[in-house]
Amino acid sequence: MVEALRREDVAKVAALARLRLSDEELDMFTPQLVQILEHAKDIAALSLDDVVPTAHPFDLINVVREDVIEPCLSRDDVLAMAPDAEDGRFAVPRILGEAP
Amino acid sequence: MKSALDTARDVRNGAVSALDVAEASLAAIRESNEQLNVFVHLDEEGALARASEVDERVARGQDPGALAGVPLALKDNLCRTGELTTAGSRILEGWRPPYSATVVERVLAAGAVVMGKTNMDEFAMGSSTETSYYGPTRNPRDASRVPGGSSGGSAAAVAAGMTPLALGSDTGGSIRQPAALCGVVGIKPTYGLVSRYGLIAFSSSLDQVGPFARGVADAALLLEVIAGHDPRDSTSLPLDSPSLLRGLDDGVAGKRIGVVRELIEGADDDVVAQVTRARDALEAAGATIVELSIPECRLGLSAYYLIAPAEASSNLARFDGVRYGLRVDADDVTAMNEATRTLGFGAEVKRRVMLGTYALSAGYYDAYYGQALKVRTQMIQAFRRAYQEADLLLGATAPSVAFRFGEKTSNPLAMYLSDVFTIPTNLAGDAAISVPFGRGDDDLPIGVQLLGPGRSEAQLIAAAQVLEVAS
Repeated sequence: MVEALRREDVAKVAALARLRLSDEELDMFTPQLVQILEHAKDIAALSLDDVVPTAHPFDLINVVREDVIEPCLSRDDVLAMAPDAEDGRFAVPRILGEAP
Repeated sequence: MKSALDTARDVRNGAVSALDVAEASLAAIRESNEQLNVFVHLDEEGALARASEVDERVARGQDPGALAGVPLALKDNLCRTGELTTAGSRILEGWRPPYSATVVERVLAAGAVVMGKTNMDEFAMGSSTETSYYGPTRNPRDASRVPGGSSGGSAAAVAAGMTPLALGSDTGGSIRQPAALCGVVGIKPTYGLVSRYGLIAFSSSLDQVGPFARGVADAALLLEVIAGHDPRDSTSLPLDSPSLLRGLDDGVAGKRIGVVRELIEGADDDVVAQVTRARDALEAAGATIVELSIPECRLGLSAYYLIAPAEASSNLARFDGVRYGLRVDADDVTAMNEATRTLGFGAEVKRRVMLGTYALSAGYYDAYYGQALKVRTQMIQAFRRAYQEADLLLGATAPSVAFRFGEKTSNPLAMYLSDVFTIPTNLAGDAAISVPFGRGDDDLPIGVQLLGPGRSEAQLIAAAQVLEVAS
């Protein structure tokens, strides 16, 4: 059986999802998530070893097309809505240190 | 307000001008949008220019299409080139997509006049339109109540007579439940029947775009226009758009209709009474009624609230402050991602992203997500068995009439229960329609739901028409 979610678990999950929660938010979210997961225990407890999982309504296969050039979005149109762009690229805060 | 079918016919034969129709729609929007908060982005200029184009085509003797001059509202998670598309979220405030959704291209090619974008729960996560960053939408039938959600704005636009048609998306009931609460028709088409290219993804194995209309015939008309294969959506079925209007009056004589216990149990008495009345109306029209039980439906809610958040946690990873939308500056990339998402997402989105992240994380994957996928298999098999005993199924759309603002916001699970009757269809990948049928407490509209196997839209439309005539 899965143990109940604790406050520190919620903080860890938030960090994994790139979210920062205040103390008040942790107080609010923890019991709510516990309640939702408690409801999900009806399926966590089922014995379904012989059932095949379904991730998707169809048996998806790769969809391919002829390798011919087709019109696509222009780089300028795409970069126009970026928060920051430079030299035809998305710009982000520095991710590497200064060159030695 | 005239039906979309009548408007398109009159515009095509020159009896009315598309410009006059668009002006009337704009007047209706201006009259009550401030109070109801239905449209979050209105495109007055574009709509009038578009209507004039339709009129010019008519004047030149060209056919402007099946939706000629018909005003239409788009849920704000459908991209349209250069037009604000915010999905009810702060993180996309001010964003204008560089491309249009296939369904948007199709309605425009058919001559529709797009009036603007409608309000929705943030990233379609909600059942009341209360999680929108842009404020809640009010139900046109009773402004003290929610319109349902997540496509609450699109349902309200049609219910308020602002536009005869609207598009929404349905992941766990987000078209059918607001249609029921606002007293309009809403269809969740078979998974893969309508392209999702250009729909901002919530839960990719469940999301499906579909129509809202005042009547069954108009909903069928819009579905005919948007359905059919799209090479840009790899989950699009290799099918032409089905012919739906042709069989509108085919009726239900000789059909077997299964009344599903689990799609009624727990509903309020006023809702149950209308489902019973709908059953009698179908029987009177010549259908054979079969009593059915699909116990797997009881597990649908739990499975859905693991599968949908799991997929959402992955889909919403793209909102990281790099390529579009909000960025909150910080010293390094991780801190920037975190600051952006923390400010840009509302509480419900955070809740579901965390739930999904947890359900997918090492140690919990098998107990939660893995089990949910197996329950989904059982759900699909259970519906297959049911469709051997019945051609279509009948149940309630929502457990109650429209509820009041704030009634369920502090208890997420209570809110999730609004979708208990609609979720099974999404998990199965099947089709369903909600039709207004009678009134409940406080004279509020009630919707009954007809469900069918994949690609049963024509049969669903014919049965829904029987109910519309009988209601």
